[in-house]
Amino acid sequence: MTYTKTAKALHWLMAILLFGLLALGFYMHDLPLSPDKLKLYSWHKWAGVTAFLLLTFRLFWRITHRPPALPDSMPKLMQLAAHAGHLVLYGLMIAIPLSGWLMSSAKGFQTVYFGLLPIPDLLDKNKELGDLLALVHKSLNLLFVAVLAGHIGAALKHHFIDKDDILTRMLPKH
Amino acid sequence: MKKLALALTFASLIPAAHAVEYTQVQPEKSAVTFVYKQMGVAVDGKFKKFSSQLNFDPAKPAAAKATFDVELASVDTGAPEGDQEVAGKPWFNTKAFPTARFVSGSVKALGGNKYEVAGKLTIKGQTQDVVVPATFTAQGNTGVFDGGFTIRRADFTIGEGAWAKFDIVANDVQIKFRITASTK
Ligand code: HEM
Repeated sequence: MTYTKTAKALHWLMAILLFGLLALGFYMHDLPLSPDKLKLYSWHKWAGVTAFLLLTFRLFWRITHRPPALPDSMPKLMQLAAHAGHLVLYGLMIAIPLSGWLMSSAKGFQTVYFGLLPIPDLLDKNKELGDLLALVHKSLNLLFVAVLAGHIGAALKHHFIDKDDILTRMLPKH
Repeated sequence: MKKLALALTFASLIPAAHAVEYTQVQPEKSAVTFVYKQMGVAVDGKFKKFSSQLNFDPAKPAAAKATFDVELASVDTGAPEGDQEVAGKPWFNTKAFPTARFVSGSVKALGGNKYEVAGKLTIKGQTQDVVVPATFTAQGNTGVFDGGFTIRRADFTIGEGAWAKFDIVANDVQIKFRITASTK
């Protein structure tokens, strides 16, 4: 039993994109103001919107295609923890780009996808709210990093310690 | 002789009595704002401090005069680090050039409540001729001037060095103002 090709492709495509976004986000934040910094901010926003679009498709796919069940060798509590972990990952993949978008609006810097497609501002410019949403975006990302560490750690444990097929069934050639 | 002097004084008083000249600028109801484009994204900014002198009589627009002094260090670019950057040497260099100044020249009435003000704009030691379209709306003894024009920041060497290219911050900057003034 394995995942669909589409589910695997989405998983790994988003893994690469999200790692890039995390690294770019933390890196660009501390740069002194320069044309390059502004360029990176724009790229970050475009990549973030792309991640959100991919996620909506991924959610649709997830709902219409049941993933393979977890092996019976896993204790019920562990199965529950795995499902809960995945739910939190999905939640963060929704909440992080949304907070980034709302933050940009509140800070008065509209998001224009690839410099071409303006994404409407749901919030008016408001400095306090902008700063608050920046903190929300950052905190959610720190939480995301922690949950991802657990996610990757669990996958590796399944592969090397439990020696089951949990990791390999997500790999392309399985 | 006395009669003549009296008549002259009187005569000069008549138009004065009818003339409504807007001279008292109300800073709290006035604003100088701008819009710049950053990678295709329009961003609003403003100057918090400026002063202006104004003499405007709608009956004699050609005689109107206006002077603006904008305190460049009071800039609000929409982001604190932007404010700091723009006050610095590559942009306004506010230490050497603290104010931007506009001095009106000829004023043309275009009909209706529309006017065209030609003048000289000096920023960062460089002076350019600008033509500023404006409207004037009177409400009782206060009047509101609204207008705007576009400058090219390169004409004033605003944004030098790494910022000199226009791929990140566009050359065109739209400047808008609203000045509320009352009669004496
Ligand atoms: C899943 C998608 C995203 C991820 C993983 C992500 C990740 C990050 C990270 C790690 C930071 C650094 C936080 C900090 O150190 O303060 C950051 C900052 C930022 N992100 Fe995102 N982001 C995503 C989507 C977006 C979107 C969609 C937008 C806007 C449309 C956006 C706008 C920003 C902005 C403006 C900052 C800078 C905040 C600041 O300088 O205070 N992000 N992002």
